[in-house]
Amino acid sequence: MKLSLYLNRYKATKVLGSIFLHTFLMAVAITCLFPLIWMFRSALMTNQTIFVDKGIVPSSIHFENFYLAWTKGGFGMYFFNSVVYTVCVVFGIVIISSLAAYAFSRLKFPGKNLFFYMFLIAMMIPLPGSFVPLYVLMNKLHLVNTRIGYILCMINVGLSLSIYILKTFFDKMPSALEDAARMDGCSKLGIWLHVALPLARPAIAAIVIFNTLTVWNEYILATLLLNDKSLMPLQRGLMVFQGTHSVDYPLLMAGLTITVAPVVLVYLFMQKHIIKGLSAGAIVG
Amino acid sequence: MIKNKVISRFSFLEFKGVFENYLFILPAVVIFALFYIYPFYEIFNLSLHEWNGISSVRQFIGIDNFKEIMQDKVWWSSMWNAGYITIIALTFQNMLAFSLALSCDRDIRMRKFYRVIFYLPPILSEVVVGLVWQWILNSGVQGGEPIGLLNYFLTKVHLYHLVHNWLSDPKTVLTCIALVHSWKGFGWGFIILLAGLQTIDRQLYEAAQVDGAGVFSIFKNITIPMMMPVFILVMILTILGSMQVFILVLSMVGQGLVYHTEVPVTRILVSMMGTGRFGYACAQGVVFGLILIIGSFMIKKISAKVKQE
Repeated sequence: MKLSLYLNRYKATKVLGSIFLHTFLMAVAITCLFPLIWMFRSALMTNQTIFVDKGIVPSSIHFENFYLAWTKGGFGMYFFNSVVYTVCVVFGIVIISSLAAYAFSRLKFPGKNLFFYMFLIAMMIPLPGSFVPLYVLMNKLHLVNTRIGYILCMINVGLSLSIYILKTFFDKMPSALEDAARMDGCSKLGIWLHVALPLARPAIAAIVIFNTLTVWNEYILATLLLNDKSLMPLQRGLMVFQGTHSVDYPLLMAGLTITVAPVVLVYLFMQKHIIKGLSAGAIVG
Repeated sequence: MIKNKVISRFSFLEFKGVFENYLFILPAVVIFALFYIYPFYEIFNLSLHEWNGISSVRQFIGIDNFKEIMQDKVWWSSMWNAGYITIIALTFQNMLAFSLALSCDRDIRMRKFYRVIFYLPPILSEVVVGLVWQWILNSGVQGGEPIGLLNYFLTKVHLYHLVHNWLSDPKTVLTCIALVHSWKGFGWGFIILLAGLQTIDRQLYEAAQVDGAGVFSIFKNITIPMMMPVFILVMILTILGSMQVFILVLSMVGQGLVYHTEVPVTRILVSMMGTGRFGYACAQGVVFGLILIIGSFMIKKISAKVKQE
């Protein structure tokens, strides 16, 4: 009798505790989601209704904002630019960093550790304001306001961390397959391309995810290096839009939705890999 | 004679091999030298000059820029502003992240769902986060009704005295920025802290329970000490991240910056693009970088001392 009373009390406190816990977690989860929902619903309104109608689901839904933002707002162009920059930078980083990481892990040459520590130290020293001399350099090289200039700068941004992640991965990877390929007369470059790269797929996935997000979300170098509207990526385009005097809020919200949608969709589909890849990047970064 | 030939051929091959190996790191080293090492040198070099960014003459002025920074009131107040944001991030954001991580470090339902949702804000850009929250905190009024959702909500629940110019009042704007920064950042702390919690051996908890240790005592004597290295990592990264916040400031209060929302990086931007003083901007960058490095070293030293005791 007494025992069951205790058990009941134990159960009751446990249930109460879990209700309390879930209320807390749910409240935070809603706080995370709500601004995005509000952004999307504001994108579906007109310039008249947006100041009057405050319901979560608007009384009349207007999808034409997305069309207007894409064409008149220039977000189609910005989107294209963002895709170009992201693809080029990530491709460049994967090739350059995997070449270097492979050499640091497998090949022998004098000064190897020195070069590797150089990249490592660069990762750890915070250098605020480095965009000032970078801008001066790009000006000297006549690379301001060019796609290639921005792409090269962004490759550098992601390089050190990617080399570090790939090198530690190669270090842990058994080299039996590579040795076999060498016996068969495969060249070093061939081994890198046909053996090492396919085996390093998980690490490459991590650096692709990490760098894609960095480039897609980058703002400051895009601001300093690109003045032409036709060269601007999405983040920069949003700020141009916001800088105008009377902000067309439904259009701005549509632009924001266009910017965020690919990130959120890819994230929801691949969240497992992304959380793993990004937290790996965050810890060593 | 023949032997000699063999040796020279061999060393040639070896030389060729080493040369080939260098080719593997060549692209990385070239990009790194050009876009990292050279700017690294140039930021120190320029900090000793007065230069407007355009003219061909750079005037060497020694450490005058640094002397000027020491007396630059706006610069140091921008440092305080960033410090304020950092303190809120260190306390509010990290405490929230840790309590969420503790809640999810057990067998509860929907754990994966929470994890996915909490990590959503960190993957958004600062521009997006700033603009969306600026829209929610907007203090404008149209046709007698507040535009921004927060003020609208406050009038609807008859809390008229709380309706506020959130982003134009110097008293509240910095707190708003700090809270939005925390909103964006806590999910990142949550993921790292949760990963740290999950590395703690469950058997430790069980053994302590068998020995009759209470929940609080287990938390104090097992969880906290085991998590110390993760705490220090999160703390240092939070400080480095929060001190260098500036895109959020630009997107929330717009380009028309006012002194009470300035942070060090926006000051560097103003020196560079606004007043065209590239040397001074570089000197500010050097000072700020040194402060950040010294700060993180101090935290490491202090935490090592605490650990010893």
